[in-house]
Amino acid sequence: MPNTFSISGLANVLYIDLSNETSKVVERQDLHDKYLGGTGVATMLMNEGSKEGTDALDPVSPVVLSIGPLSGIFPCCTKVVSVFRSPLTGEFGESHAGGRLAMAMRFAGYSSIVITGRAKRPVYISIHNNDIAFKDASSIWGLSSTTDIGKILRNVEPNIGKRSIIRIGTAGENGVRYASVNVDTYRHFGRLGLGAVFGAKNLKAIVVSGDGEIEIPDKSTYSNTYKKIFSNIVETDLMDKYHDLGTTENILPLNELNGLPTRNLQQTSFEYAETISGENFADNYLVRKISCAHCPIGCIHIAMLKTLFAPLHEYEVKHISYDYELVYALGTNLGILTPESVLELIDRCEQYGVDIISMGGVLAWATEMSMHKRFTTGETMNVSLKWGDVTNYLRAIDLIIESPNEFYSALAKGVVFASRKYGGDDFALHAGGLEIPGYHTGVGNLVGLTVGVRHSHVDNGGYSIDQKAFKNNLSDKEIVDLLIFEDDIRGVLNSLTICLFARGIYTYDTIIEALAAIGIERSEEELIELGRDIFMKKYELKRKFGFDLDDVRFPSRFFETASTNGMIDEARVQNVLSMYKDRRWSTGKT
Amino acid sequence: MRIKVANQARCIGCYSCMMACARTYYSTISLKNSAIDIQTSGGIESAYVSVVCHACIDPPCSRACPTGALVKRNGGGVELKTDLCTGCEQCADACLVGAIHMDGNAKAIVCRHCGICTSFCPHEVLEMRKVPSADTTHAETSHKEVK
Repeated sequence: MPNTFSISGLANVLYIDLSNETSKVVERQDLHDKYLGGTGVATMLMNEGSKEGTDALDPVSPVVLSIGPLSGIFPCCTKVVSVFRSPLTGEFGESHAGGRLAMAMRFAGYSSIVITGRAKRPVYISIHNNDIAFKDASSIWGLSSTTDIGKILRNVEPNIGKRSIIRIGTAGENGVRYASVNVDTYRHFGRLGLGAVFGAKNLKAIVVSGDGEIEIPDKSTYSNTYKKIFSNIVETDLMDKYHDLGTTENILPLNELNGLPTRNLQQTSFEYAETISGENFADNYLVRKISCAHCPIGCIHIAMLKTLFAPLHEYEVKHISYDYELVYALGTNLGILTPESVLELIDRCEQYGVDIISMGGVLAWATEMSMHKRFTTGETMNVSLKWGDVTNYLRAIDLIIESPNEFYSALAKGVVFASRKYGGDDFALHAGGLEIPGYHTGVGNLVGLTVGVRHSHVDNGGYSIDQKAFKNNLSDKEIVDLLIFEDDIRGVLNSLTICLFARGIYTYDTIIEALAAIGIERSEEELIELGRDIFMKKYELKRKFGFDLDDVRFPSRFFETASTNGMIDEARVQNVLSMYKDRRWSTGKT
Repeated sequence: MRIKVANQARCIGCYSCMMACARTYYSTISLKNSAIDIQTSGGIESAYVSVVCHACIDPPCSRACPTGALVKRNGGGVELKTDLCTGCEQCADACLVGAIHMDGNAKAIVCRHCGICTSFCPHEVLEMRKVPSADTTHAETSHKEVK
């Protein structure tokens, strides 16, 4: 790689050992020169730290949190990448969160935090600049609300308004394999079970703040570049979608296009889509929009749930963040008819700290099983799931988190585990062991989820490629090319921890200019190569953890329900998958 | 001209104002060297607070300063004579709204009412207001970055 950072202190890795309650800082210029930061550096740190013959919940398994060189310096570089071994899939785990953590890590002076070991009793880690403390968290272990964890820690930790508080709920403590880590109340390391890894480490929370200063090589170049990027964000319509209706804008179009999974993907449009549309949420429930630290978009949509709990107008009011994926997972996919019920289900999962997409996937599969009488009432403890039945869904969520018997313990291990034990694997909807996000758009989505490094819709946006294919009739080769292009550019964006919502702002040209403003010279070719290299490094880790693309089997439901692009032919999916593998690994250069 | 927190309820907590203030007057990037301070009042679940100099006509901070480093500014508020500031923080203690804190060099950070923060606020939370005794050309010229 051509040059090193001219800014000092942007390559510090904080290593924390929970078993011995020790920490050290190592400047890893080597990794940052090559991989910049974020997903690239985190993947390499994971590779260094993971030990043969251990599993996801083993104390030695590391958790890596990484930001990028632009974090805290340019707007919308707000994400933190977490890399870990997933207790849900057993293989590569990666999840991204916004909130204030990136800003807090930057000004505390750490580009990455690597956590290993297991604390002797529940602890939280308090990180304020160079001051690292391990504090007893016994009194907040078992507390039923992740919101309250934040309230308690806020009162005992310094630096109001500039800190980040990340924490697990009882789902993580109890080892629910798809438990999340809640970041600053409304954001999450949602997918793939980081919360269970925290729980296995006896790690309840981390508080981070810092008041450092970053030296820059040329202030006027920096200020001009900043102004240009900022204006592009706030003065053009590029980001309108995100601060207008937010991601729930997708409900009606995907419903119209038959791409919205409904009732465990038995349908791809929902009769009540209007009722739970982004438009209805915004007009009648939205009370506030807020942003991640150092992003002027304000995409975090907060709804008010007002519930009458007694006569004489006695109301309780909750503020709950909502997004497209949540409205799909706990809405359309469970046949839920009203925004109030969707919000109630979201809030229940939020308080337990559990991934909502996976929870929705598990409940949807269990509903179908339940309606086919595949469970005994003893197993379900008399909770009989039916589409749209909120009361029983709330009860089932409680029981999954509590896991009082073998049945609910199985559900807490995800849809793959549960369907192996109880059957129904034809409609246990997952890709790579991860419950599917809210798209059934066609072959691009299905192959994209399968090959994606974390089996997430944001790996390569296959759902979006399908929508292009719907309009422009793309060939399979073009679909494969687009998937690879997106895999690679997103590897670059995620190394810079730029929010993917701002991918329209941070084109290769803008990325090159932003990096140059802080003294990092990269060409477009080098960045593309970096994206590919990171993808390959992740696949090496995936293979090491036991993933093999040749072993992939698709639940038949994918091929029985019409998608945006009509019925999906399994043979075609296999063919596109082969083309992808050939282009990636046989013929070399893409 | 002076800055005014006009529409606090529209604040989304993006910190763009703080980043702008700090980079305008310091050679580094930071939050801590910003004169305007965005805080929470009970976590992100609650409303944001913008703490900024109220441009007092008779500023208590100036009266509290033992070295005469804080000089009354035309239009309200104060100007800092940096070399006179000893970092004693008596000004910060005297400011009821909490609008003064120390920078990385232990010198007081005081708002210049230049308006750079307002130009980076995406939601018009902050705006510039004319004040009776102000030199009206001041704000326009001082939008330019100061070395």
